[in-house]
Amino acid sequence: MGFENFGTVSFTTEARVADFITYLEQGKVMATRCPKCGVSYFPPKADCPSCLSGEVEWFEVKGKGKLATYTIVNYGPSGFEDDAPYILALGEFEGGLQIMARLSKDIAPEDIKAGMSLVVVPLKRPEGRISYEFKKG
Amino acid sequence: MADRKVCIVAGGMDKWGVREASVVDLAQEAAQDCFDDVPALKKEEIDGLLFASSYCGRTSFQVNPAPVIAERIGLKPTSICSRLDTLCAGGSSGIILATGLIRSGMADVVMVVGGEKLYTPQRWETYYSEMASIDHDWDGAQGMGLPPPFFSMTAQEHMKRYGTTKEQLSAVSVKNRRNGSTNPNAQFQKEVSLEEVMAARPIAPPLGLFDCTPITDGCAAVILTHEDKAKELSDKPLVYVRGTAQTSLHSMSMNWPGEHLADWVHLRTAAKRAFEQARVKPADIDVAQTHDCFTISEIIEMEDLGFCKKGEGGPFVESGQNDFGGKIPTNTDGGLLSCGHPFGATGIRQAREMLFQLQGRAIRQVEGAKMGLAHNLSGLNVEHTILIYGREP
Repeated sequence: MGFENFGTVSFTTEARVADFITYLEQGKVMATRCPKCGVSYFPPKADCPSCLSGEVEWFEVKGKGKLATYTIVNYGPSGFEDDAPYILALGEFEGGLQIMARLSKDIAPEDIKAGMSLVVVPLKRPEGRISYEFKKG
Repeated sequence: MADRKVCIVAGGMDKWGVREASVVDLAQEAAQDCFDDVPALKKEEIDGLLFASSYCGRTSFQVNPAPVIAERIGLKPTSICSRLDTLCAGGSSGIILATGLIRSGMADVVMVVGGEKLYTPQRWETYYSEMASIDHDWDGAQGMGLPPPFFSMTAQEHMKRYGTTKEQLSAVSVKNRRNGSTNPNAQFQKEVSLEEVMAARPIAPPLGLFDCTPITDGCAAVILTHEDKAKELSDKPLVYVRGTAQTSLHSMSMNWPGEHLADWVHLRTAAKRAFEQARVKPADIDVAQTHDCFTISEIIEMEDLGFCKKGEGGPFVESGQNDFGGKIPTNTDGGLLSCGHPFGATGIRQAREMLFQLQGRAIRQVEGAKMGLAHNLSGLNVEHTILIYGREP
């Protein structure tokens, strides 16, 4: 349980990575690492895709990332009509983690530049929903 | 088991666009056009039917449509009767599977039909369904649903790294709309000028209205069989399936397999396999149909298919190198930008154009074309599919 509250719109209620939502509610954006392979995953994976081990470790995505590229979404998919326009960005974090997230509304569009410093933080949304977003690092 | 050479012997499609018809109606029209293309073939000789469609379960409320279509077009399949779905590459997946079945002897004559009915009375249905075609748990949750934003990021990456310009993106649209202007089945038959493309309203900058493929209703159909049967059916030159590949290295916007969004390593991986299997190189290809879902896509495809150097796709298309008279005429029937894109039908529409080009009967004919390449990408750029067709096996 918990996964049904993730993001703006969700279609999945139960998932093996539901702990991700529990951590978000505690203020942490978490990824997983396979202790056997040493590979880190974001989005988190409850089982290592490489060796299929279920004994993965959770760790917090800390530190600053870099904005690789971004786009302004003028036409959102169904469920996002009230959000548009919003800005989606791809951030690159330590250990080769790539994260796609919305840029916080408090970043002025003229301040957005490729290469700018980012942090990823939990985002409480209306009606008990929860997600994550990028803020200036 | 047998190891037979496989030929494509007939192609058909209906008028694409906003259609007042069901997906089964559209499949029937395309199939009829395809039957008419090979009069010597009796329907009883077709032992397999594959139907490529991604949205029929939602927008047409029809799961397992293959038997419905088989009955509607008068087929009684005995080797295979199945729907398949790889979104934008469904038609090409169907042709790959039909090729394998025929080559191995598990089937003799297979019809591959594909297409969608996407316009519904409730327009939101199509947009809502977009979330089903991506990894909605992660990409969807962030509002990454419709494709333009992702390809906008790809375009910006290419512009930043290689100096690609908005004029170069626009040149793709001008060319493909010109090619489609004489295609009676295309959704759009109106040419557009460079100025019109440049000034069009933004969809996801730098992509404007004419940089994006539309939403389309339509179906297409082809028939494949083994070489001996193909020789019996007509005196037209034989067109063989020479090489195939379908690559998937990741499934969402994160975990991108290349160095950056404009580095399509999964396309290069597919191209390497298809070219090796076909025993040819990019310079041997006379005509190409590549997946111009967005103008930037065709530019990167020219690079990562090996038709020009990495980073030189912009000048390549702007100088007419992938137009008639250039190195590799591309999207000769108008591509997705003119024809539209009823997902499961697109690979089949490309195969039909390849058949016509290699038999010398295309509307806009590349003189003496003997080798052709068709390419699709799927979803948020998570799969690449290639078919190489040739006049020799």
